[in-house]
Amino acid sequence: MNVNTPMKTLVAALLLANSSLALAAPTEVTMWRHETGDAEMQASEAAVNRFNASQDRWEILVEKLPEGSYTESITAAALANTLPCVFDMDQPTVPNFAWSGYLRPISDYLSQDFLDGLNTGAKGQYKGQVYSVGQFDVALTLFTRKSILERFDIRYPTLEAPWTKDELMAAIKKIKASGEFAYPFDVNTNWTGEWSSYGYGPLLQSFGADLIDRDNYLEAEGTLNGDAAVQWGEWFQSLFEQEFADRKPADDKRFQNGKIAIHYTGSWSAKDYTDAFGDDLAILPPPDLGHGPVVGGGSWQWGISSSCKHPEGAAEFVQFLMSDEEVAEMSEKTSLIPTSSGGAALTEQYSEGGEWRIFYEFSEQYTVMRPETPAYPVISSAFDKAAQDIIDGVDPQDALDNAVDTIELNIEDNGGYGF
Amino acid sequence: MIETNVDAMRPYKTLLRYAVMIFLAYIFAFPLLFMVMSSFKTENAMFADMYSLRAVLPVGDLMLDNYQNVFRKSNIELFFFNSVIITTLNVLLGLIVNSMAAFSMARLKWKGQEFVLIAIVSLLIVPFEAIAIPLLMLVAKLPWIAFEGGELVVQSSWLNTLHVQIIPGIANAFQIFLFYQFFRDIPKDFDEAAAIDGASPLRTFWSLIVPMSGPVFATATILAFLANWNNYLWPILTTQSESARPIMVGIQMFFSNNTDWGEIMAYSTLTTIPVFIVFIAFQKKFVASLAGTGIKG
Repeated sequence: MNVNTPMKTLVAALLLANSSLALAAPTEVTMWRHETGDAEMQASEAAVNRFNASQDRWEILVEKLPEGSYTESITAAALANTLPCVFDMDQPTVPNFAWSGYLRPISDYLSQDFLDGLNTGAKGQYKGQVYSVGQFDVALTLFTRKSILERFDIRYPTLEAPWTKDELMAAIKKIKASGEFAYPFDVNTNWTGEWSSYGYGPLLQSFGADLIDRDNYLEAEGTLNGDAAVQWGEWFQSLFEQEFADRKPADDKRFQNGKIAIHYTGSWSAKDYTDAFGDDLAILPPPDLGHGPVVGGGSWQWGISSSCKHPEGAAEFVQFLMSDEEVAEMSEKTSLIPTSSGGAALTEQYSEGGEWRIFYEFSEQYTVMRPETPAYPVISSAFDKAAQDIIDGVDPQDALDNAVDTIELNIEDNGGYGF
Repeated sequence: MIETNVDAMRPYKTLLRYAVMIFLAYIFAFPLLFMVMSSFKTENAMFADMYSLRAVLPVGDLMLDNYQNVFRKSNIELFFFNSVIITTLNVLLGLIVNSMAAFSMARLKWKGQEFVLIAIVSLLIVPFEAIAIPLLMLVAKLPWIAFEGGELVVQSSWLNTLHVQIIPGIANAFQIFLFYQFFRDIPKDFDEAAAIDGASPLRTFWSLIVPMSGPVFATATILAFLANWNNYLWPILTTQSESARPIMVGIQMFFSNNTDWGEIMAYSTLTTIPVFIVFIAFQKKFVASLAGTGIKG
């Protein structure tokens, strides 16, 4: 009896330890996401619930923050050392967060093969390292109506043969000459801020220019104010001088209300426009203004904070979100473009032959990421100022020169942002 | 004959004056009227009415659906409650603390008085944005004793609480200066008379100065109420959980996940109502205070 007692005690202790392990509560992993439309919020919540139910080691705890000041909230939390383990962020902010030390490279936790399977727009990088990954993207496009193209005898552009600059301008002139549309073309000039670099930047790039020299990420001189950039500026300005596009449109429903014929905007409008025009809606590739069509890449993505105490749990969650099934599920619920071919294949709208497959093709073939540098916020605001000035009639060379000065001064002030 | 002409012109002048005033009133009232009227319309009706006078008139199919959706889709009750608590306490405590600080500088004599006054006035030129980050880092590490689950617990940070949105805003340099200016102009004879009657400085303040300072208290109340009710930056920096967020952060959250402008207008209308109530309640004294300030200038 006495001999058995230590053994029994040991067995009991082992059993107790084992059972306490089995019953141990999952480790909490905090997560922040920005507040956005109902469809995405519900899809995101469902994904978190699926992850929490799929294993018992980690539990994701979600906090939702308003989008309008989300970046400020992240910065404040980083300063107060209260960043969550995993959080979403708009892709252009990733390099700045990485440079500021808020993020740890996600490539340390996800395999290279896994990352290679994602489209360009799915990855947020800084100095060649991947810091974030995203389930979805959006793409720039031209919307018009098939009936308009037929009535004005305008060629229907395709992925293989998008409109050239001459064709685009000829189409706009022809429609304008009919007198049916006061402003036949619309490029969302009532949007400012980030839209300029996201929307007008690709047009600039299609002219052969860019927002910054991507060889060094230090200079904009000659790139943002060189001949190609100035040609873009003159062309862009002519849209308003010749009243092809409205400088100050009043609302966002002009295309649906039949007040404009061709709308240059993003794939996010596809659902509303399909509802408005049904089969008459024509979704066209962005124009080739000389150097091929270009769309911006990168939407909201997931990253792991450098202060995260459980990065392996956060990485497991992010990998779960980036599985083909979850990418497809998010796309199905939100109509956003999936960022992997496997995910796209599982969706109805973006698989081969799907209604919006063309957006996936744009995203896959035409994407040029917005400059992946911590200087992007300054590049974006300086380019926005230049674009607004050009719209208002300022000499394009002067407007772009000013933008170059602002960008380069900021880069210099910040010691090159690590480049 | 000339006098008759002048008399004949008078109605036209009056008419012209009224026309100008109506025009100006329309310009100032338009955004407010548009917001309130649009909150009762569908989004399509709102956009359809936008280019005519109908935009500011209660015409068409009016409904309460936008308001119902605001309450259904958002946690507006909580945000509204938080804002009321934060603003009320901030205004009340601010009035007490700042008026007493101003009283001590305007009516009492003590060593270093001028230096403190200069220091406070010099704070007026420091924008809140300049001190927001240091203040954030400070409150992030300040401990607090709270009552949770029936027992007292020590919290390691002020973040995500209501008091972090109240306490740092109580002492306000602008309010102190506002009270100081007003108190300084009240004749000292009152204090001397009170002192002869045996009143302490505190008694003089409560029983004599405060009752005579209605306009400045009204002005301070309105300005402090507006500043606190509309506060956005500080709550965004300090409240990461929904439970402590005020209404201005709430409206931004609502705007983030809503594209229906009718509902956004309904939310905005609800947010504006308390501002209206406070302004109307203190309007007369507020105007009197402004007029008084003008005379002094």
